Amino acid sequence: MLSKKQARTFFLGGTVVTFLIFIGLTIYSFSKEQDQSNYENITEQVVRGKHLWEASNCMGCHTILGEGAYYAPELTKVIDRRGKGYIKAVLTTPNPWAPNGRKMVAYGFSDEEAEDLIAFFDWIDDIDLNGFDTVVSPIAKEKTNN
Amino acid sequence: MKYKSQKVAYWFFALSMLLLVLQLTYGFIMGFARIGLDGLHDFIPFNTARAVHTNLLVVWLLSGFMGAAYYIIPEEAQRELVNVKLAYVQLISLALVGVAAVIGYHFNWWEGRKFLEIPRQLDFLVVANVLLFLGLILATLFKGKRRTTTALVLSMGLLFAALLYIPGMLPFDSQVTDSFFRWWVVHLWVEGVWELIMGGILSFLLIKLTGVDREVIEKWLYVIVGLTFLSGVLGTGHHYYYIGVNKIWLIVGGIFSALEPLAFLAMALFAVNMYRKGEKRHPNKLALFWTLGAAIVSFLGAGLLGFAHTLPQTNLYTHGTLVTAMHGHLAFWGAYAMIVLAIISYSMPNMTGRKLYLSARGRAAFWLSNIGMIGMTVAFGVAGVAQVYLERKFKMEFMQVQNEISIHFVVLLLCASVLTFGIILYIVDFIKHGRPTDQALEIKQ
Repeated sequence: MLSKKQARTFFLGGTVVTFLIFIGLTIYSFSKEQDQSNYENITEQVVRGKHLWEASNCMGCHTILGEGAYYAPELTKVIDRRGKGYIKAVLTTPNPWAPNGRKMVAYGFSDEEAEDLIAFFDWIDDIDLNGFDTVVSPIAKEKTNN
Repeated sequence: MKYKSQKVAYWFFALSMLLLVLQLTYGFIMGFARIGLDGLHDFIPFNTARAVHTNLLVVWLLSGFMGAAYYIIPEEAQRELVNVKLAYVQLISLALVGVAAVIGYHFNWWEGRKFLEIPRQLDFLVVANVLLFLGLILATLFKGKRRTTTALVLSMGLLFAALLYIPGMLPFDSQVTDSFFRWWVVHLWVEGVWELIMGGILSFLLIKLTGVDREVIEKWLYVIVGLTFLSGVLGTGHHYYYIGVNKIWLIVGGIFSALEPLAFLAMALFAVNMYRKGEKRHPNKLALFWTLGAAIVSFLGAGLLGFAHTLPQTNLYTHGTLVTAMHGHLAFWGAYAMIVLAIISYSMPNMTGRKLYLSARGRAAFWLSNIGMIGMTVAFGVAGVAQVYLERKFKMEFMQVQNEISIHFVVLLLCASVLTFGIILYIVDFIKHGRPTDQALEIKQ
């Protein structure tokens, strides 16, 4: 029968080994050759867009890369689905609005801020998401099929 | 209660109860918004309500864990807490940070990163607060007469929880990297080190309630936390399937996530077996209900429902839908909310000397809150599965789908009302216990 000492060894040993593998896999995932995010395409504008994304807590309603709050639409591939003009109009309008009955905060972003966010979405759209992009955007699916 | 300083736990538990009520309130605001009753939108938009709802969950659970540690560690280490005054300072600062964060969210003072919305300035205060807490707990433990496995596992969980907060504070330009390391905090907390905390509390409660030999319970505690880490650390991979990192995570995450329910199954079997083995029939049946309930419901919510959508093939469609909310609610309830409610139910009669554990109110609180939460889980599940099919399979528009599934949120609200009624009864019981008193030191537990 298992002794307490053996049980402790199982706990400590298992933890150390799995954590080391986890760190190894993390390093591997972020090596340059394995990059699926087009890291080199992250411009200052994309970074400003990300900051705006966070400062406005967009994730508190929307999802991106499938992460967020499920209250408002997924914004991965949003440019595919809606086009830049539509997105800019949504971001810059100072008027409260409720697309299909669900209210969104009217952020009233400036033109420049809206462009920053669009650059951020644009960068997101080109990430290789292991197939998830085809699920959230019918257009991406068509592109894959052709 | 054996040591005067254990009384400090009461105030952490009281703070927990207060924050729990607030958490439920914001949950209702979100639920009503989902069925179109969003009159508060101008003052509390959904993203504010959500940040408050999830952060209050974290803070009330942490406050509960801290209270549990202040109650358990002196008893395990067989000495008074090293400094009671500092423990109160820590309590007040925790409450102030929590209040500042919640108020800040109403004025867009946040980081906008799911679960880690607390603004950077407050992050540093959280770190200082947790360091003070850990200092008090570890100093008590190491100056104590004995160092039990239960106390070590509990302290280790608390220490690692603090350390793992750091990756969440690192700034990244890439959303992918940001997301990757955010899960180091969130996943490794809830499916890793928090389970050490849960295991430690569970072990303490089982020793007290069942009378089974400590050596036997603590041996199995090691096996369970061992299984937790063996599956949970690499199981983090299930968050990495579709966020823009290497496909290797589909394999690693898939395999190890499938093993994660084993740890919860082991925990449930362990708790039930210890109860059946135990010859001691502790009169505090209510604490036993919550203890065994936590072990069983966490297996259902965290283990089975987690498994239901962590297979990569399933997750491709369920990722980013209400299916996550289904799993999240029952998992947090079973694994963490119920264990905090268990230690409160166990310790309150000991701290106050009032043995209210035979009341019908306490039992009603247990059953109503559990039935309510299970009902909510079903409502989220039905809404989530419908969303997956309509939106992801049949390519319907997001809001069209939301309108189709809004009826499930009516059911959700009804079930949430049952849960809330249960929690209110629990809090009535909490209040009726009154304040902790030194006279309780003389009462046999």
